[in-house]
Amino acid sequence: MNQNAWRVELELLPSRKDPLGGAATATLNDCGLQLNSDLRVGRGYLLPPQLDLQQVETIASRLLADKVNEVTVIVAPEDKPQNGVALLVRRMAGVSDPEAETAMRALELLEIDLQGLRLETYRSYRCQEDIDADKFLTVGRAELANLTIEEAVLASDDLALHPTPTPRQSSRREIEIRHLTLSQLEGVSREMSLALTGEEMQAVQDFFKDIAREPTDAELETLAQTWSEHCKHKTLTGPVHFKMVDAEGNVIEEKHYDNLLKETVFAATETLSPEWCWSVFKDNAGVIAMTDEIGIAVKVETHNHPSALDPYGGAGTGIGGCIRDILGTGKGARPFASTDVFCVGPADIAESDIPPGTMHPDRVLDGVIAGVRDYGNRMGIPTIAGTVIRHPGYVANPLVFAGSIGEIPRKYVDKAAVPGDFIVAFGGRTGRDGIHGATFSSEALHEDSESIDSAAVQIGDPITEKKVLDLLLEARDADLFNAVTDCGAGGFSSAVGEMGEEIGAEVDLDSAPLKYAGLDYWEIWISEAQERMIASVDADNIAQLQSLCDKHDVELTLLGTFADHQRLILRWHGEVVADMPMDFLHGGVPQPLNYAIANCPPQNATAWPTDFDCEKLLLDTLEHPSVASKEYVVRQYDHEVQGGTVLKPYQGADGNGAGDGTVVKPRLDLPQGVAVGCGIAPRMAELDAYAGTANAIDEAMRNVVAAGGNPHRTAILDNFCWGDCRKPDRLGSLVLAAQACYDVAVAYGTPFVSGKDSLNNEYRVGDEEVAIPPTLLCTAIAIVDDCAKTVGSHVITADNLLVQIGASNTAGGASVASDLLGLNDSIVPRPDTEKAVVIFDAIHHAIGEGIIVSCHDLSEGGLAAAAAEMVIGADGLGVEIDSALIPANEKMSCISALFSEAPTRFLAEVAPQNLERFNEIMRGTQWATVGQVTATAQLELKHDSATILTASRSTLATANQVPA
Amino acid sequence: MKPKVLQLFASGINCDRELRYAFESSGAEVKEVHIHELIKAPQMIQDCDVFAIPGGFTYGDDLGAGRVLGLEVEKFLAAELYALHERGGSIFGVCNGFQVLVKAGLLPQVDGVDVSLTWNTSHRFEARWSRMIVEKSLSHILPSGSMLHAPSAHAEGQIVLARGTEDVAALEAANAIALRYCNRDGNITEQWPDCPSGSIGAIAGLISTSGRIIGLMPHPERNLSVLHTPDRGNGAWGDGTDGLAFFKGLLAPYLAPLNKV
Repeated sequence: MNQNAWRVELELLPSRKDPLGGAATATLNDCGLQLNSDLRVGRGYLLPPQLDLQQVETIASRLLADKVNEVTVIVAPEDKPQNGVALLVRRMAGVSDPEAETAMRALELLEIDLQGLRLETYRSYRCQEDIDADKFLTVGRAELANLTIEEAVLASDDLALHPTPTPRQSSRREIEIRHLTLSQLEGVSREMSLALTGEEMQAVQDFFKDIAREPTDAELETLAQTWSEHCKHKTLTGPVHFKMVDAEGNVIEEKHYDNLLKETVFAATETLSPEWCWSVFKDNAGVIAMTDEIGIAVKVETHNHPSALDPYGGAGTGIGGCIRDILGTGKGARPFASTDVFCVGPADIAESDIPPGTMHPDRVLDGVIAGVRDYGNRMGIPTIAGTVIRHPGYVANPLVFAGSIGEIPRKYVDKAAVPGDFIVAFGGRTGRDGIHGATFSSEALHEDSESIDSAAVQIGDPITEKKVLDLLLEARDADLFNAVTDCGAGGFSSAVGEMGEEIGAEVDLDSAPLKYAGLDYWEIWISEAQERMIASVDADNIAQLQSLCDKHDVELTLLGTFADHQRLILRWHGEVVADMPMDFLHGGVPQPLNYAIANCPPQNATAWPTDFDCEKLLLDTLEHPSVASKEYVVRQYDHEVQGGTVLKPYQGADGNGAGDGTVVKPRLDLPQGVAVGCGIAPRMAELDAYAGTANAIDEAMRNVVAAGGNPHRTAILDNFCWGDCRKPDRLGSLVLAAQACYDVAVAYGTPFVSGKDSLNNEYRVGDEEVAIPPTLLCTAIAIVDDCAKTVGSHVITADNLLVQIGASNTAGGASVASDLLGLNDSIVPRPDTEKAVVIFDAIHHAIGEGIIVSCHDLSEGGLAAAAAEMVIGADGLGVEIDSALIPANEKMSCISALFSEAPTRFLAEVAPQNLERFNEIMRGTQWATVGQVTATAQLELKHDSATILTASRSTLATANQVPA
Repeated sequence: MKPKVLQLFASGINCDRELRYAFESSGAEVKEVHIHELIKAPQMIQDCDVFAIPGGFTYGDDLGAGRVLGLEVEKFLAAELYALHERGGSIFGVCNGFQVLVKAGLLPQVDGVDVSLTWNTSHRFEARWSRMIVEKSLSHILPSGSMLHAPSAHAEGQIVLARGTEDVAALEAANAIALRYCNRDGNITEQWPDCPSGSIGAIAGLISTSGRIIGLMPHPERNLSVLHTPDRGNGAWGDGTDGLAFFKGLLAPYLAPLNKV
């Protein structure tokens, strides 16, 4: 038994309110404890028992405690705390603890030498009343700790620092597979968590039979990483046989794809091939031109499975990983904006409907928001766009999308590793974090995921990544490396494997700096420890790079060299532990044929009620999770850091008016910027995957166009999140979505420049397998030629006219009104792409000429919700709309005019004296004046001149607001 | 003659771009220096007129916002900073830079008053625009009683004082309060969200009695044009000129060179 550590605990002074304690108390009381007084939360530090009291007191007072605000309690190793029952939550051994790292470095400032000993941090929750300690521990452990990465004990228990792991004496190890049968091969894959199929294992077996030896564990692990769905996208890039069947089971369409992605998403980009696309689908991010010299790099990633287990860490490392993709684009792009989209279960789900091993959706959402907040804010990269989707299908498989956008000078867009260059790793150290992350994310979650996959969880350290960013850009500008990439899924194995794919690489795994001893060589090779980059560096530049690393306090390691033998060779203390040709590693994976079946979408027309309570429906719509304000999320993100956010996600006098696209300037001294929008429509896609996907793309386009982005300079990104696509029905809807991607992108002239898929989002309980709804996130990045020519989405001048651009129709499938009223409809409106491009172009011109002075797209909740939002953001002004005036090609009732959700529609504000010019610009579009801006802060809805609703701005804002 | 600004950089500083741009747009020549290099040659502080610490999350805000950089500044730079101040130079910290000035003991300079900055009363990071009333202690930079609009973006922006309101009075008496949060009508308030942090006395910024050590939580460097305002200059958040007025006022004394000591 280790000796107990010193404990230093800081609690807020008794006179100060403790919001964390209050929140923790509420959580525990919800779970059956009956605490009468609030818990007090403390931040705790474990210090080595070798220190003396005076040293501990110095550390406490000079470094840890805030004496104006906190009381300090020091407990000596031989003592027990005397201040009541308390629960202590600490990290498990081996889990990163960045704050402890900072503290250890700061001790040098106090001239205290820890002599190689460590310290650790923990949290304490102290009861201020008598309580059954065991019960407190049981409930508190479940609710206050994340047991995937943390453990909880009572303060009265012994508490020692985690022992330092002992170095492992491992040596080359072969796995005998050449004589195994198919089922035995599958067994090896399962036991080693390789996530390779039997067929893939056979391909591996054949290869090693050919070269007449057994594979090593490192070779199998490398193949598993490189061939994983996560890295290779086998399903999307593989052959697919697709059939569409009608309700009677007749095949009405049949099509074969050799490579689904290439023939849909990539094909759209190839068809369009605009000269302003500088790099598509070949690097870590796509790059488009902002000016002749400056490009915009953009990437959106998912981090679903890790976020399901540890929402905070999963989402934080999700955004961190995506930021590294931008850093690793070309010779390095500078990230200047982030996006995030979360899909979680409904807030009101019954406990009994939450599968075992799964967290409540609200806990997931709070965690992922906090994860993005803490990572993004610390990096100083503004999170500027995104949304939150609630749907029962995400209870067990929440989705976390994180995007990053960077600027890159044109001359740095191309890169290539050079044979003979050093393979240089820089950034964080390697630990056991995220071992098997790439293979794990390619598998379905199951009941025991929470308990057995703790190693798959990664802990983020944003300040290390910020240092890497600072270093990387300085080294890039000094021309110190030939190529760079990030370590993401698969760690070194993927980064080195991809950079050396054409040339070959040799790596000495024992040179990698470790967070702690005891890692096996293959663990070092595939660890997904965060904040690491790999560069190809000429020997002549190493000294200068090292001095920059010293300045920025970044660790640099020479891992090996790039070669010209087209092989991957790994060594461990001089002994070769892997040696494979690059072409087998990257080209040897078998591409099995997958079958896809889709049903024709159901066609139940909407029966809109004739009698309805307009006020109730509008207020319910504004409160509906799809429409409700996400301001409370945005206010936690430093969405204006770097000073370039010139059209904000929430706007207006009170900052609570929902915007469409956010506009950001990467360079403060230039007029150009980008407008960013997100579109996602899983409810629609459930009914009709094609229409849902088309609507998602249209929504992203609407966002950027409404803000003032240039539709002729808009690039889009696809992120497919689907169920297990080895199942034909799942793959069927995916094929439809991919077809929609092709059709709409080509019609809109918006190339895909980057994308990612996350398949196998299924949850297994017993025999039942549940898939998420088909979910395509479309992110749009539009160049803004002059940021002064962008407009907000709230009305600004009384007596201006309001026009609806784009026709409405009665299709109501998956609309918010349909959900609220329980309508049995299934026809999902589809964009008319030919008309849409004319509308986008006209709006862009009208905004550019200053004719449209504010603009909001019509989306969830339809015209009524858009009009309400234009009032919420306004400063003492209102809106009057007559729903009988809207443009449509069929007869619209009042309710369908106000609440239907046809795509490609906008509500725009135009001064009466500019109507003639507006009319000229709008030629070829369907539009109509539907109302005006009033001087009263309210929304008035009419039908045929009869008032059907009057609601004050504050009523609307209150319904729309989600309390933080 | 351009005023010279020496802008500090350290791990986790992340508002350097907008601060540099604000200084340059206001007529200054800006040199950035990494703390590791400045520690090796702290005398370079004497080559500047204004020493500035931008916002960010230095060292991750671990152990408290500004704590570790504050220790470094106190240990390695304080002597040179006091010398700069002695001969008429200014020291400016915004957001995390302000937290560093407080933790390093450079602000406030009022005997017997212990100040700290801690978690906002909402216990959340708050990114929202703020309005502040300029106190007379800052009237050499902006008109006393005028309103300054700027975005707040911080988690640990709540000013706490060891003796509470008694210390507020002591700070007032010493002219150490530079800015206070107010509502749209110009009334000073401690209420969220007008006062995002819940600071005692609605204090948003502090200043030394000399008027040349200044720190504030909100970011005037992010309000340099009408495009920056949440309502595009429609009236609720000023006309987008506040930031430049602030920085030009800060730099005004240095249009003529400072005397070397």
